[in-house]
Amino acid sequence: MSQPAPILEMKHVSKSYGGIAALSEVDFVAYPGEIHAILGENGAGKSTLIKIAAGVTDPSEGELYVEGKRVDFRNPTEAMAAGVVCVFQELSLLPDMTVADNLSIVSPPMRAGLIDARAQRERARELLAMIGCDDIHPLELVRNLPLSRRQMVEIAKALAKRPKLLILDEATSALTAADVERVYAIIRKLRSEGVGILYVSHRMHEITALADCATVFRNGRKIETFGIGERSMDAIVQMMIGRELTHHYPEKPAADLSAPVALSVRNLSWAEQLRDISLDVRKGEIVGLGGLDGQGQRSLLFALFGVLKGVSGTVEVLGKQQRLSSPRAALRAGLPLALIPEDRKTEGLMLPMNIRDNISLASLSRFQKGLRFDRSAEHAAVEQMIRSLKIKVSDLAAAVSTLSGGNQQKVVLAKWLMTGPGIILLNDPTRGIDVGTKQEIYKLLRDLADSGVAILYYSTDYAELIGCCDRVLVMYGGRIARELFGRDLNERNIIETALNVNGKEQAA
Amino acid sequence: MSNLRHHISHNAGLLGAIALFILMFTIYTSNHPVGLNAAVAATAANKAVLLALVAMAQTLPVLTRGLDLSVGMIFILANCLASAIVVGTLGEGLLGAVAVLAVGAAAGFLNGAIVVWGRLQPIITTLATGAIFYGIALYIRPGPGGDVQSDLADFATGQLFGVIPTALVVLLAVVVLVWLPYRSSVLGRAAYAVGSNEQAAYMSGVPVQRAKLLAYTLAGFLAALGGLMLTFNTYSGEASAPIAGSYTLNSIASVVIGGTSLFGGWGSAIGSIFGAFVLRTIEDLLFVFNLDPLWQPLFQGVVLLAAVSLGAIRVLRIRNRLELFA
Repeated sequence: MSQPAPILEMKHVSKSYGGIAALSEVDFVAYPGEIHAILGENGAGKSTLIKIAAGVTDPSEGELYVEGKRVDFRNPTEAMAAGVVCVFQELSLLPDMTVADNLSIVSPPMRAGLIDARAQRERARELLAMIGCDDIHPLELVRNLPLSRRQMVEIAKALAKRPKLLILDEATSALTAADVERVYAIIRKLRSEGVGILYVSHRMHEITALADCATVFRNGRKIETFGIGERSMDAIVQMMIGRELTHHYPEKPAADLSAPVALSVRNLSWAEQLRDISLDVRKGEIVGLGGLDGQGQRSLLFALFGVLKGVSGTVEVLGKQQRLSSPRAALRAGLPLALIPEDRKTEGLMLPMNIRDNISLASLSRFQKGLRFDRSAEHAAVEQMIRSLKIKVSDLAAAVSTLSGGNQQKVVLAKWLMTGPGIILLNDPTRGIDVGTKQEIYKLLRDLADSGVAILYYSTDYAELIGCCDRVLVMYGGRIARELFGRDLNERNIIETALNVNGKEQAA
Repeated sequence: MSNLRHHISHNAGLLGAIALFILMFTIYTSNHPVGLNAAVAATAANKAVLLALVAMAQTLPVLTRGLDLSVGMIFILANCLASAIVVGTLGEGLLGAVAVLAVGAAAGFLNGAIVVWGRLQPIITTLATGAIFYGIALYIRPGPGGDVQSDLADFATGQLFGVIPTALVVLLAVVVLVWLPYRSSVLGRAAYAVGSNEQAAYMSGVPVQRAKLLAYTLAGFLAALGGLMLTFNTYSGEASAPIAGSYTLNSIASVVIGGTSLFGGWGSAIGSIFGAFVLRTIEDLLFVFNLDPLWQPLFQGVVLLAAVSLGAIRVLRIRNRLELFA
């Protein structure tokens, strides 16, 4: 079969950061009219590849060709001018500006040398209609939009630039199911118009549903490019992690009903989002929170951690009533609480601070001996955390922002595990993380539970809930709609309850 | 009408500042012994326009999430320079005025160049350059003195058609010819983008560096225009450090009262104009109520604090503590 000329070609591209190779001698080709999936664990070099293609970073070595012409992008603007447009995982929207401003931020419609606000508004309306987001007003400020809508605006903004090569980096991670379908439709339409698409995602079913071909990266090297359907799912996963995939999830022990209740919640309500929630988590138990995204699961975790104001109801830790006034109070409960946040960049890490300081941040008081701060004890404790979590770091004094996503998430885990929590609340901790790191996290959670820690675990991934949790509470409309365990804990039951299939709409 | 709702909510800070000014100015004129006439208005306008121009200047760097501590010094430098070169015939005076404005723009460009290419923090950069500009002003005018072209001065501080204060017309012209075009130019909007989220702006292909350069350059230009107007008012130049300092600080206060966020990306220079008017009217209010002028700083502080608190009212409605830090 004769291929058309490549839209993007990379020859022997390498990139290293401070001596560590992020990408080594990669040859990569993307064709127009093709959806090309980029697969690999975090730290495999996917982000680096994308950043080089989009002009965010320069390659240390190698050459780039766009439509057969040698290019040397110095910044994202030059890449965009050549037709390479990227939708980044970290949103590139300007929060204080309107949707219309954001959509035409670079080349707005002009009249008499000035920006034509009316034409710009019309253009925004058309673009929003194109992606099926007519409900967003063009004059709405981006910061007033929920994350899922922002991501749609981000996609619209990329489309406005009429890309020849569109790069989507985990672009659907925050979207609702309906929006994901819309994005699929847009991507397929672009493909039929001859646009080349690079698609990075950790959701394997998205890849099989959407992509024409895929390239797997591991440890900065390209492993293989193949057509979708040529390789089995197991083979692909094995290529990504480079080792046999034995057990996805650790064994679940038999339920121990004699274990003391660590966390007991009664009639918890908050604003319109949490209604009359009661639940118990025993020591050694992993309890999952399921349901569609946005049914109050996050708010529940935030409420328990003392982040929300005006929460009613009671919370008992080891039988003792607990006031939910602040995260600091939660840290000091009879069994200390820890919340592993979803957005590691804003809620989990101090990006410019170094790895050691990030890990020890929440447990500094442990190392304070009178007036003296015990640096060597801190160092030893951090080292131990890094070993037990297998965090890949070259230098403890490096900024945490230099780590890959999976390793950053491990740093967040390390920070909270170091506080010696008795109750761990997890807010979708495996979002955007590679399979290998996910498995390590599952194993870690089970080990923690076995040592007596109580875990409340929210995940958007149903398979994960089924595989990891002893019980799952499915939430709907701010209530716990159903409790599933044992044989009833399966995907069908979760989805049925999450979608409220039986239609038992409870009165508010 | 949904568009209108959005326009109103986007300009809440500006509308608040206008309302506050109208309220204060009404109290002032209704208590003034002679009431509102052309001469009273011209005097009030001449004083208020000086701070308004410097406050407009301050707004531009603030929108990019910067700060310009040198606006007061550029203001004074322009004053001293004008008292030396805006002299002679009308033609020579006009030429001198253009030169003064060019020097102001150059001073602003220097600030911008250091911030953009030197990658120094704006606050410390302008603290240093401000001292340099003041030093030059002192060199030009070691003691108060000088002169100014009287036709120009009389025109700029008088009234058009015997009613409208010319200073207000100058201010309006600056809004129409400088601010409004700037606001809807690519670089002007880039300034908002940079203040809103510099990293996202860069990733979006926004001309970050040029936006900052232009913001500081225009700030220098507007501050110098203020200094020129000061010279027309006083007919002399004086390198006064207290005046320079108080204009710098009052310009920041005016920006805040006018609804511009010190975190950048939000606000408008028109708001700052009314912020400046509010600050100036406090002074006049003290006068009509026969209060000791010594009370002025205290009242200005109270108004500033009240304005900032009003802007922070949303905090009370927040039910998720994380949003406090967003």
